[in-house]
Amino acid sequence: MHTNRTAAVKNILRKREVSLLVLIGVLLLAVTLRAPGFATGQNASRIINDTSILIMVSIGQFFVILAGGIDLSVGSIIAFSGMAASMLNQAQPGIPAFVVLLVGTVIGVLLGMLNGTLVAFGKVPAIITTLGTMSIFRGMTFVLSKGQWVTAHEMTQSYMNLPHGNFLGVSNLIWWGVLVSAVMLTLSSYTKSGREIYAIGGNRTAAKFVGVSEKKIQFMIFTISGLLSGLSGVMWTARYAAAVNETASGFELQTVAACVIGGVSIAGGSGAIPGVILGALFLGIINNALPVINLSPFYQMFIQGFIVLFAMLINTLSARHNEKMLLNRRRQ
Amino acid sequence: MTKRIVVLSLVICLAVTGVLFAQGASEAEEAKDLKLVLLVKSLGNGFFEAVADGGEEAAAELGNVESIYMGPSASTAEGQIDIIESLIAQRVDGIAISANDRDALIPVTKKAMNAGIKVISFDSGISVGGRIIDLAPSDEELIGRQQVQLIAELTGYKGKVGIVSATSQATNQNSWIEWMKQEIQKPEYADMELVDVVYGDDAADKSYREAVGLMQKYPDLAGIISPTTIGVLAAAKAIEDEGKKGIVQLTGLGLPSEMQYYVENGTCGQMALWNPIDLGYTSTFILEALVTGAVEGKEGDVIQVGRMGTVTVGKDGSSIMGTPFVFNAENIATYAAMF
Repeated sequence: MHTNRTAAVKNILRKREVSLLVLIGVLLLAVTLRAPGFATGQNASRIINDTSILIMVSIGQFFVILAGGIDLSVGSIIAFSGMAASMLNQAQPGIPAFVVLLVGTVIGVLLGMLNGTLVAFGKVPAIITTLGTMSIFRGMTFVLSKGQWVTAHEMTQSYMNLPHGNFLGVSNLIWWGVLVSAVMLTLSSYTKSGREIYAIGGNRTAAKFVGVSEKKIQFMIFTISGLLSGLSGVMWTARYAAAVNETASGFELQTVAACVIGGVSIAGGSGAIPGVILGALFLGIINNALPVINLSPFYQMFIQGFIVLFAMLINTLSARHNEKMLLNRRRQ
Repeated sequence: MTKRIVVLSLVICLAVTGVLFAQGASEAEEAKDLKLVLLVKSLGNGFFEAVADGGEEAAAELGNVESIYMGPSASTAEGQIDIIESLIAQRVDGIAISANDRDALIPVTKKAMNAGIKVISFDSGISVGGRIIDLAPSDEELIGRQQVQLIAELTGYKGKVGIVSATSQATNQNSWIEWMKQEIQKPEYADMELVDVVYGDDAADKSYREAVGLMQKYPDLAGIISPTTIGVLAAAKAIEDEGKKGIVQLTGLGLPSEMQYYVENGTCGQMALWNPIDLGYTSTFILEALVTGAVEGKEGDVIQVGRMGTVTVGKDGSSIMGTPFVFNAENIATYAAMF
């Protein structure tokens, strides 16, 4: 029975990912028709490189949404940890870049833990907590930097090489995206804690009855989200060789959109990392295609919003369809 | 907080001693130097430190002027009001203000003008009625036209040029771009073409993507103009990452401290911004002309401003300093240390 159920779930997920792949293919085709030369190997690696940060942060967001929450503070964590790491790099150029990366990541973890503590132990709803910390962390960024930027000539070359360098012809940033995806996929699908996140998001009461600690899970997911945001913050500032106070503002919505497009239920309990990765790639392709297809910026905004809504609609419809299937099966 | 208290008490002490000194001076001898104050938004900001340097430079040239640099510790209108009150008590001759609020300062600056002090605003203006002259660093036409001139010098007056702007609704950006379109019609730019305007929304990632998109759309692109600080920074990085340094030229409006790296390594051959030194310099000359009665500050008055040439007073006292200052590999290090 149990294996049956997981097989069925996997089936649906597979379908979702297949349909997304088809959608991505159609999108690529449409863009290439308007802008020949878009679908080249070089451009593909450019887009994947550009989307790696979105993939990493969206995976963090995925865990939070999976457990029925939302993390609106990811953009601000990126800004703060990125600014802190850049300022450390500026003040102490002698510290090796990977140590700076570690410091930035730890800062992200701590900020994530703060969110987790407020949600898990303070019982403040996730949306309220992170709405607050979104502003707090952004404000902290301004206070820390005194409004000043850190730019290319104040950063060390090894710091800028964190995302920019390459290994086997593939940029470090892409490797980081692959590593994070692999580790997080293992965590979500093949560990007890990972399955517990699904359980809490799927049916809170039932999960509690079988002994899943909701507090532990909530604390964990916000910590993971903070970790990935902190890591991404360092990558972001190093990639653009600029730590500004507005870094990644509005980025939280992109991560939520990547999850939703990737088939993650906004109510929690369903979704998987491969879908999130495809959802992020889908957005990444749009982000990179819009500048080359010669459309007015107002149309670009329209298209972006339209596509997210469209994906959301497909999601709701397929969820309804799944419910019906389950009901039918029970009746039999 | 304690810093604020210290500064506040310093200001009060200054006011008190100022009053005593002013009384003592009037009894002993007539004041020989004109006391012209540059009152800035806040202390500890490199931009305004450079304004003060310009004031000193003007004072040295004029000879009869003592340039005084003041500002609150935090950029608040209240802080500036306190300082102006104390300056009225000190009976300074003129105050040039970069205002934290266009309207909040009007009552106190009116009081100052009633006391015979000449008040002008610069950089960040005070509304009509609260000052005699408002000095804007530049105007839309000068900025727009200069951007085209700068990119033409870099590309050798030929090739396709694209613009990476901020948001599509930004009024200042749009009017600069309109003037760029006007300028490029001139015969000397016959071999140049303004092919596209894209919008990076003043976000590093979007500006970067838009700049990359420009280079993809127009493989023979010769230059990018980005009249916004974050846009020009992101475009510089995009040009480097795409390996187009030296092929795609870049200019724009940028802060020297932020752009030093790219200007020195040649990615951005030259760029412009109003120079705070010139602002302090010009403001001090204008104040001196007003205090000595050389001009009244009426519409049409022409004020001699040393090395900056002349400034003509426009409608409602608004006047324009001139074309933005050009930064290049030779001079950027000096200015990067200031702002």
